[in-house]
Amino acid sequence: MTNDRLANRVQGVPPSGIRRFFELAEEMDDVISLGVGEPDFTAPSRARAAAIESLELGRTSYTANRGMRQLRAKIADYVRKWDLSYDPDDELLITTGASEGLDLAFRALVDPGDVVAVVQPSYVSYAPGVRFAGGEVLEVKTRPEDDFALTTDVLEAAGADRADLLVCCYPNNPTGATMTDTQIEDVVPFLRENDIFVLSDEIYAELTYDGSHTSFGSFEGLADRTVVLSGFSKAYAMTGLRLGYAMGPADVIGAMNRIHQYTMLSAPTTPQYAAIEALTECDDAVERMRTQYNRRRNFVLSRFEEIGMDCFEATGAFYAFPKAPIEDDTAFAENLLEAERVAMVPGSVFGDGGAGHLRVSYATGLDDLRVAMDRLESYLG
Amino acid sequence: MDARTELLGLLRENARYSISDLARLTDLPEATIEATIADLEDEGVLRGYQAVVDWGQYDSEPVRANVELNVALDHETGYDDIATRLAKFEEIRALRLVSGDYDFELEIEADSMSAVSRFISEQVAPVPEVTQTVTHYVMESYKENGVVFDDGHDDDRLSVTP
Repeated sequence: MTNDRLANRVQGVPPSGIRRFFELAEEMDDVISLGVGEPDFTAPSRARAAAIESLELGRTSYTANRGMRQLRAKIADYVRKWDLSYDPDDELLITTGASEGLDLAFRALVDPGDVVAVVQPSYVSYAPGVRFAGGEVLEVKTRPEDDFALTTDVLEAAGADRADLLVCCYPNNPTGATMTDTQIEDVVPFLRENDIFVLSDEIYAELTYDGSHTSFGSFEGLADRTVVLSGFSKAYAMTGLRLGYAMGPADVIGAMNRIHQYTMLSAPTTPQYAAIEALTECDDAVERMRTQYNRRRNFVLSRFEEIGMDCFEATGAFYAFPKAPIEDDTAFAENLLEAERVAMVPGSVFGDGGAGHLRVSYATGLDDLRVAMDRLESYLG
Repeated sequence: MDARTELLGLLRENARYSISDLARLTDLPEATIEATIADLEDEGVLRGYQAVVDWGQYDSEPVRANVELNVALDHETGYDDIATRLAKFEEIRALRLVSGDYDFELEIEADSMSAVSRFISEQVAPVPEVTQTVTHYVMESYKENGVVFDDGHDDDRLSVTP
């Protein structure tokens, strides 16, 4: 049923499938949730203290539209470890979470009718964001046999040669997949030949467990046609502080800033102080969290193997993405929740490409993970 | 991180992790875990495995005190000699040589305040090299061995998020 008062482009976007599952889980007691997409740690104490200090000093004004110069300079230095080189004055924008960066990029890059290739399975906001901007979504389904990496084959199979923009996310939510130098290098010719711009969500870059992170923006053939999105939510456990950043060619970042200056004015000030401290003094906290995630990743993957559930070796973020024991992932997840009080998110929530799988978040303490996996094992009998 | 350091970290986190769990967490074979732990025990690196008790939640509670101890050394008696003598007392749960205003810090445990006081006055203070003791009784414990004594239910995240 349509509502004349509401814009068609909003009515055309259904509510997130994760909502229904959330409501089911919330109705039950004693649920162990492996369905949480944010860290179970808190922001490093030094970052929290810097935020508090900034408030006590009365630093409660707007910042520059693009964000505090000191923070932009820090970020430009910080991302050099991933072979990224950006001018903090023209090629970097501080946003209200990477989510705002995503929305700004869509609005800056997508004209009505433009085709946007979205790598699937993927975070639930990409396709709706494209549609809100008037674009047409083209699903590019990555395959379990490729460990969910993007390949030229899947781009070709999806007809992505007609795309104007490609949205991807590695390390990936929901699969935990990462991409190596070689794997990214392999898709560069396709993207260049078809003149496709890239929006690369690299919010999980710090959570890479097998080798170091490789950024799409670091490739010579892609740097001039890629916006990299990142932020402080995952690496620094600062989800609620809502602070992200976008990096890319000056014209695109400039256009994003034009929208940002009229709609957001500037990202919140307090988290910017926390972020400066995080980048300056909190490497050890990031390392501690990464160590814990990696242990849990090993644990969860070992348990899936013991239980006999097929799960590829996720090497990033804090998710594993096993194959559901029955084809209908939603039915399996709901039955498991009902019978054993364990919440795993059905893969189909993340697009058709995720169907038949389950997203298992290990951003949960080991005691709960152990009980959850035992319950799963007993459920599968 | 090498296997020894990794295992020490994990056992300090939870000494009751089973060999299977340690193997899962580190992605190492169980035989390697067992051998590494045996080596660490043989070398005297791993000295014991103990429980972390929140006495405030239990029916009865021992009296605990931290004691600052100053000593006077002479050419025949060093810190190690004094420490060796003190370490023999069961009431002394921890004994450390520290920098700063005093020499040793002691953690004492006994059944009552009078038992702690008696122990210090009758057993510790009379040691010839001891020149001063300052006793601090523990009133409340909020964290021990890295474990915070709260209700463990401070996760305010939504149960399912994208």
